[in-house]
This record gives sequence, structure tokens and C-alpha cells, in this order.
Amino acid sequence: MSGAGRKADSTAWPALAPSGSDGASAGPVNGTLPTMDADALLVRRLRDGDEQAFAALVERYHSSMVGLALSFVPSRAVAEEVVQDTWLAMLRGLDRFEARSSLRTWLFTILVNRARTTGVREARSVPVADAGPVVDASRFGPSGAWAVPPEHWVEEAENRVDAVKLSELLRVGLDSLPARQREVVLLRDVESLSSAEVCEVLAISEANQRVLLHRGRSRLRQVLETELGGGTR
Amino acid sequence: MSTLPGLLRFRFRRRELVCQQVVEMVTDYLEGALSPADHRRLERHLAGCPHCTEYLAQIRETIRLAGRVTPEDLTPGMHTDLTDLYRRWRTDG
Repeated sequence: MSGAGRKADSTAWPALAPSGSDGASAGPVNGTLPTMDADALLVRRLRDGDEQAFAALVERYHSSMVGLALSFVPSRAVAEEVVQDTWLAMLRGLDRFEARSSLRTWLFTILVNRARTTGVREARSVPVADAGPVVDASRFGPSGAWAVPPEHWVEEAENRVDAVKLSELLRVGLDSLPARQREVVLLRDVESLSSAEVCEVLAISEANQRVLLHRGRSRLRQVLETELGGGTR
Repeated sequence: MSTLPGLLRFRFRRRELVCQQVVEMVTDYLEGALSPADHRRLERHLAGCPHCTEYLAQIRETIRLAGRVTPEDLTPGMHTDLTDLYRRWRTDG
């Protein structure tokens, strides 16, 4: 974490590691220190006035935090404000940071609490998830077997579509998700938090998290199929 | 007496998953949240169903691609604002 490479992920505490992780949040990477030590070191550097350490943390998390805050508040300007408040709250709370959770989990938790207090948008997305199947029922026959099977696109994504276009596609897809699903997918799949960390940050149950994750991922898959489908194996 | 094996067969058939159920179970499967029995049923279905196997591969790819979305770059102005914020905290607390 001290290097704060973009998306250079760090793992959760062993105690918080997801039991059934699909491997998307593997780490630590590049021989970096385990999160606990890296976080303790970073906190010390922040307290000591190391601007580089703060800049690296900002570089790594600021935009992600703005993206997450946007799920709760009505505008980008308000989201930026909430994130600035969050940075200040983190700095002021450094002496109380006890490494019970990782620094990033703590940071996202402060953010979500502040954004919820500020936000008005969440009111429109109170239900846990939208109802109905995640794949349109018309794609299955009376027996429940595929009538219109998934179109091939994985090879397209890997070989023929450039990374910038894919990234843009994913961003648009993420933005189109209902707020609660978006929050979970952002934290879990984009930021690679463990399921336990996501539950802590958003103060939701494991079961609730799975439902939201399921719907969010399924929708994203559909976006990719719609955009990239029709390719041949 | 002779209906018992038939009943058992019927119960067994009922317990087999169909594709429409499988797509609703993939996240619990990937999260390791299925019961051992459901886990086995799902894998048994996957073994005989190329479409659901493809669907699962697509969900995995979706997760992988989401993990590659990088945060947007900060504007120089935002960097300055936040450096100022840090300096103010250092002096004022």
C-alpha cells in the first residue's frame, strides 16, 4: 500500500478473508507488505507529515471514492465535497485508527457514513434488489432450459476489443446499475474488497450483499453480451 | 410396492437443476455459499450443459473486466486542493 500503485491490491485481514472468494481479490501482490504492516506504516507516515504518502493514497482512492459517493448524493460537486470531508475525517481520526480493519475499509466506511448522511438519492433505491429473474425469462423454454443461449463474447473481449473501449463499456454498465447494486459491485469487483469488508463498509448482511452482487454482476454481463455478443468461437 | 422406485426416480428428476435455476445460483456458487448438495447439483448440471458453462465463464469474465477498471486520473486542481487540505490539517489539526 505504501507504493500505492493503481489497483495494486492488498488483502484483508486474515480473519476477514472471504471464505468463498472466487479468487478475484487475490493478493498480496508484488511482494508488498501484508496490509496490516503496510497500513501501520502508512498511518505513521501520514502522522509524520509525509505529503508523498498522502498524495499516493489520494491518487489511489480519490476517484473511486467519488464514484461510490455518487451512489448516495445527487451531484458530482456534492460527491467531491463528501470525499474531501472524508479525507479530513480520516486525518483527524488517525490517532484513533486501531487497525481493526484495513485502512481502505475504514476509509470507505467513513465515506459511506458521510455520504448517507448527506445523500438524498438513496431514498429512491430502498428495496434490496429489483424483483424478477436476472436473465430474461423469454430466453428459456417451458422446461427451463436455454431457448436463446448466451451469445459468445468472452473471446471478443479478450482478443478483439481494445482495453480502453472495454473499460469505457464497463464504466457505462456500472453507472447504469441501481445504486445499491452499484455500490456492492464497485467495492467488491472493481476495488477487490472481500465480502466481509463490503458488508462492513455498507453495513449490510452477507446474504444481502450476495443478492446485490448477483443482480449487479448479471446486469453487467448482459451489457457486455449486448455490446460484444454475436462473435464466433 | 412397484411405485416406489418410480417415485424415487421422480424425486431425483425433480432435484436436477434446470438452466433457469442455474443462472440464479451462480453468485452463491462463486461465493461458496451453496449447500454441499446444491453445489453438487450445480456442478452436475454444468458438466452436461455447455450453455450454462459458457454463462458461468461470462460471469467470471465480467468480474475480471470490472477488476481492470482503473480510477480516473485526478485533475491537477484536485491534487492541489487535497495537498492544501493535508497541510492545513498538519498545522491546525
